Formats: sequence, C-alpha cells, structure tokens
Amino acid sequence: MQEKVIVELHGVSKNYHNQTVLQNIDLTVNDGEFLTLLGPSGCGKTTILRLISGFEEPSRGSISINGQKVNGVAPHLRHVHTVFQSYALFPHMSVFENVAFGLRCQGAHKSEISDRVMAALKMVKLEQFAFRKPVQLSGGQQQRVAIARAVVNRPLVLLLDEPLSALDYRLRKTMQLELKQLQRQLGIAFIFVTHDQEEALSMSDRVVVMEEGTIQQMGSPREVYEEPSNLNVAKFIGEVNIFSVTVLATEGKTLTVNIEGSEHTYTNKRDFVVGDEVNILLRPEDIRVYDNTEVTDTQDMLPGIVEEVIYKGSTVDLMIRLSTGKLLHATEFFNEDDDSLVYTIGERIWVQWVPGWEVILPEGV
Amino acid sequence: MKSDAWFRYFAIGSTWFWLGVFSLLAFLLMLLASIMRQDQAHILYLPFTFNNYVLSFSPIYLTIFLRSFYLAGFCTFLCLVLAYPFAFLIARAEKNRREIMMLLLIIPFWTSSLIRSYAMVSLIKTKGIINTLLLTLGIIHQPMQLLYTNTAVMIGLVYNLLPFMILPLYANIERLDMRLVEAARDLGANRLTILKRIIIPLTMPGIVAGCILVLLPAMTLFYIPDLLGGAKSMLLGNLIQYQFLTAHNWPQGAAISMVLTLLMGLMLIAHKLLSHGKDSNEDFV
Repeated sequence: MQEKVIVELHGVSKNYHNQTVLQNIDLTVNDGEFLTLLGPSGCGKTTILRLISGFEEPSRGSISINGQKVNGVAPHLRHVHTVFQSYALFPHMSVFENVAFGLRCQGAHKSEISDRVMAALKMVKLEQFAFRKPVQLSGGQQQRVAIARAVVNRPLVLLLDEPLSALDYRLRKTMQLELKQLQRQLGIAFIFVTHDQEEALSMSDRVVVMEEGTIQQMGSPREVYEEPSNLNVAKFIGEVNIFSVTVLATEGKTLTVNIEGSEHTYTNKRDFVVGDEVNILLRPEDIRVYDNTEVTDTQDMLPGIVEEVIYKGSTVDLMIRLSTGKLLHATEFFNEDDDSLVYTIGERIWVQWVPGWEVILPEGV
Repeated sequence: MKSDAWFRYFAIGSTWFWLGVFSLLAFLLMLLASIMRQDQAHILYLPFTFNNYVLSFSPIYLTIFLRSFYLAGFCTFLCLVLAYPFAFLIARAEKNRREIMMLLLIIPFWTSSLIRSYAMVSLIKTKGIINTLLLTLGIIHQPMQLLYTNTAVMIGLVYNLLPFMILPLYANIERLDMRLVEAARDLGANRLTILKRIIIPLTMPGIVAGCILVLLPAMTLFYIPDLLGGAKSMLLGNLIQYQFLTAHNWPQGAAISMVLTLLMGLMLIAHKLLSHGKDSNEDFV
C-alpha cells in the first residue's frame, strides 16, 4: 500500500545573510509516522520545522503540506502546529484558555471549545489543572499543556522542537513514552527535532540524521545505527571504533584487511579492489573481552590493557589500549555466562569481535 | 561584614531621608496649609477649617476639574496611540539602531521643557514657521490660527509628555517574549487577534504606568496652557499656581492640590485592586 505523503520538501535550501543553513533538502513525511530530525545544534533541523510551520520561507525549493504547495502561505493559515522548546505558554491565560486559543481563533462554538479542550486536557492528564495559570505548573505539566494546546486543533502534522530538552532525565523518559503513545492514539504525523540520539532511536519510525545543513542518512532507527552510511552518522549515533586500513586481497564479495596486526576477512556489499583505503567500524558492544584465564586459543584475538573501567549498572564500559597503541571502546553486558565482569585498571586482556557485525565504509565517506 | 551592614543602613536610610523630607514632609506641610485660613494680613493663620475643601467643590472649580480631566485624559489617549507603535518599533529594532533611537528620544530632555514650549510658540504662531511654510507651498491660502487654541495646548502637552509614555512602554515591550507571538501565530491567530489577546494584555503594566505618568503632569503642567493657550484655558495646574502666586490664597491652593493628590491615589488603589482581582500579568511580565 502506498503511504500517503503529508509533508514534502523538494530541493529546499535556506540562506541567512549569505550563510547556507540548509542545502538542497529532499524530505517526505508520511501520514501517521513518527519522524525524527536528529543532529547537533546548528545543523538546520529546527530551520526545517520553521519552514514547515511557515515562520521562515525557503530561499529555494518548494514545500507542500497535504499535497498543497505552501510557499508564501502565512503560518496561521497552515494546518500544522508546533510544540515549542520553551513551551511558549501564554502566561496571562489559564491552562484552559491556553488550550482553547487555537479553537477560538477558528471561531469554534462555545460548547465545542469546552468539550474539546477538556478532552485534550484529559488526554494529557491535566483536567484538574484547567483553571490554573502556567506558572503554577511544573515543567512537565507545562510541557503537557503545550502538547494539548497544539493537538486540540487536530493538525495534519505536529511539529515538536526539542520539547523534552528542559526536563530532567526521569521525566524525559516518561514523556518520551507518553508522546509515543499519544502519537499512536492520534494517528497523525509527528516531526520531532532532537539532538539526543537515544531519544531519536527509541521514539521514531524513521530518523533523519542531519549535519551542516544536509541530510546524512534517512532510515529506521535500526538502519541508521547498524548500517550508518558514513562516518558522520556513525560517530553521531552512539560510540564507534574506527580502523582505517588498506584492502590486502579480494575474492568475490569478500575482502581481507589487516587490523592492528591480525588479518581478517569480511564479506561486504561494495566492490573494493586491492589497495583501496577503507574504514572498518565496530560498535563497543560488538567487542568481546576475555581475561587470560578464559582463553586458550588466541588466534583471532588482539592483546590489550584495560585503561579505564566505567561501571554503568547494567553494563561495564572499558577503554582498552591495544599493544599497537590504539584505544578501543568496549561495552560488556552482565549475563548468566559471564557473571564476573570485574576488570581492574592495568589488567591484561584479549579482545575479539564477531565477524559480520562490522561496517565497512570506503575512505572519505 | 560590619561595613556591609553599615552600608546597607546608610543606603536605605538615605532613601528614607530623601523620601521623608521631600515627599512626606512636603505633603504634610501642604496638608497643614490646606486646613488653615488666610487674609490680607496673614499668609496662613489658625484656627483650622475645612472651608477650603468645601470651596474646592464649588461649581467654578468643579468645571476646571472636569475640563482638566477631559483634556488630560484626551492627551493621555493621544500619547498612548502615538507612543505604542513607536515604542514597539524601538523595542524591536536592531540593537545599535535602538540605542540611536533612544538617544534621539532623550536628547530634547536636556533642554528645559519651558524653553521647548517657547520654541513651540515660534513654530505655530500666525507668522510662524509652520504657517509660512504651508503658505509658501500653497497648501493653505491664509494662516491657520493655531496658537492660543485648545489644539495648541494639546500639541504642547502631547509633545512634552510623549516620552513619559514611550519609556515605560518600551521597557515593557522590550521584555515581551516574541516566542509567544510566534506561538499565537502558529495556533492560527491573525494580527488583530495577536494584538488584542497577546500583546496588549502582556504589555498592560507598561500601558498603565505610562498613562499614570502622563495623566498627572497633563493636568498640572501650568505653563503650557499659559504659553500656548494664551491663559484662556485654565487647567488644574494653572488654578493651583494662580491660588498660590496671584491670589495669594495658599490654603485654597493647598486644598485643591490635596484633592488632586487624593484622586490620583484613589486611581492607583483602584488599579491595584482591579489588577489583583483579575490576577494580573504583572507577576509574569
């Protein structure tokens, strides 16, 4: 089934004072999906939201919402609503009036306003706070008012500009879950902007990784994490160990490289030739660490010394200095087979990884 | 530690001293004068009387009271209408341009307002600059009679008092969170709705402060009606000045001043009560 496209950006660029903020962006958002724009600050992700909401006009390219080109259409005439980073609640109005604002602008009937506002407040579990002022609410409650104020108008798309960044860790986790549930319940598309990769991975149907005004990769959370299309994406999403090596031999779809003194043969999708420079990417959790008593055959293993141990509760993060001088990040999980995850700084260990979990990228990508 | 405390007492103490001498003491002296008597031989003498207050409400004074209120109110309204867009413009201008605009606004203050009012006379008199210019350009065919009219008084008052409206408005609008305006636009509000439901309510403290700062001087700036109105239009300020300086009736002048002070005080209290009842914006803005 062809999914319905609700927002489409085609060849969109944006310049401010000769500075390019967005460069030739093509992006389609499907109806009902949870799309996240992920990137460091200044990468242009908020600008995309502002282009969709109409607060900025693209320097080039076209934007359409629900099949209608909206270039030049004022924000108040677009049927999209934004949850702002600062919440931007009207301080002189009660919670009820804040939520009712959009409906009043549309000239909705009094009884309809009251019904819909109370329904929206009930949805965010704030119905008993309807007649308080925003300052009398906690940060999380204000956040929920901001969400209710936007969704009560039944927008085609809800834009969320780093809405959780001001909340503390625990509350943020709760709100992530609530937002996700709300999105399923409403069935409308959410475009969510964040610089928190964990948040992006855990909430989205699709993640758009951005950097310096361009889209680096688009895909499901699993795709962008497990198959990053370039080093930028790999480095931005999670930790990664990178080995820059030269292809020594190829045979069909396999290639052989020498990583820190030991030869490995990997299968890959691209066609490399002997002499190509490639980057081998390994996530910390792909790396296995053994102490001297656990191993007998050290054939495919690299020797190293533990430099730092970071205990994280469910995992232990290790910084390992290989004998070649290379520093490696490794994450070890507690499990039934390996209940003695005790490492001491300076301990000599052996390192190995599972073939097939690596990502091979050509040099310069 | 000790010198800190000493400094604090000194700072607060000197503020109280100034307020006490120049505000409270002056007020009490006026209050005292307003309940004393006066005749040819004495500026002030006892016993106390409330007759001055009774006289303050005689029809002739009441007429002046009402006229003053009407003119001052109109002047305040004009100032508000003129100052609001201007304050908005300054507050939203680029930072270095904003500083220049503020400077241009404040520079005239360095000249006495009396001198500026004389300058105004030479601008608007029958053979003044404005009439000459308009005649030369052929826009009018005979000079307009501006000087010594109520219009002239109004122009003079608005010109002199406009900054008192602009400054509090500017201070308030500058702090206005433009993200709220954006949020309102996002929710589908047009410009009029944004103005009515977001900007004006949020800048109400500035509006009220500006109105108070303009209304009181508008009633009591006696030299402007004198100079520009040709002493024909007597306002409250002129009346008080007249009682003190011409009629030498200090008790009567003091009593009228007291009534005016009382009225202003009541207005302030009313505003305070009203805004508290409505849970005003002042807590947020």
